[in-house]
Amino acid sequence: MEIWQIVGLALTVSVLGIVLRQVRPEIALQMTILAGTAIFLLVLGRVKVIIDLLQNLAEQANVSSYYLLIILKIVGIAYLAEFGAAICRDAGEGALAAKVELAAKVGVFVLAIPIITAILESLVRLLAWGD
Amino acid sequence: MGLGLEMVLKVAGVGLVVAIMAIMLEQAGKKEQATLVTLAGVVAVLYIVIDGIAQVFTLVKSVFQLY
Repeated sequence: MEIWQIVGLALTVSVLGIVLRQVRPEIALQMTILAGTAIFLLVLGRVKVIIDLLQNLAEQANVSSYYLLIILKIVGIAYLAEFGAAICRDAGEGALAAKVELAAKVGVFVLAIPIITAILESLVRLLAWGD
Repeated sequence: MGLGLEMVLKVAGVGLVVAIMAIMLEQAGKKEQATLVTLAGVVAVLYIVIDGIAQVFTLVKSVFQLY
């Protein structure tokens, strides 16, 4: 990922999109989607490096990799949902975008249940220990 | 970089060619064929777009370990 590549791609697509939207709006939308995926692909290569770093740090700090994995999954769901919702909103389907976001929220909550129960359990243990 | 820009330019080219062909067919009074050309263009572009989306999804799944 180099920043000028992404800026160049986005500018090219913007200019082409203006021309194409006047004649073929449906293909212009698909071009926007494709540009989004291309930029996403470029960025994700670098995100992998960050995630590797996080995993290393968690290993050194003796944090259970189980929780890190859950957090990674949540970030992934948020990324994908944001991507889909933004495209839907671009196409003028605001209601559909809201539904995609709702689905992502539910998915994130379901994934977070083990963490929430762990926090509650340790809280209960602390309170009981105080007696 | 090559892949992303290549796909985007391909889509833009298909869009422009389809638009010109549809305009020409409509000028010649062949409305149904213009619609068909448009439909074919949309399907061809969708083919490319779905390929790109599939790539992104597999990459996201492997990076964030979503299975």
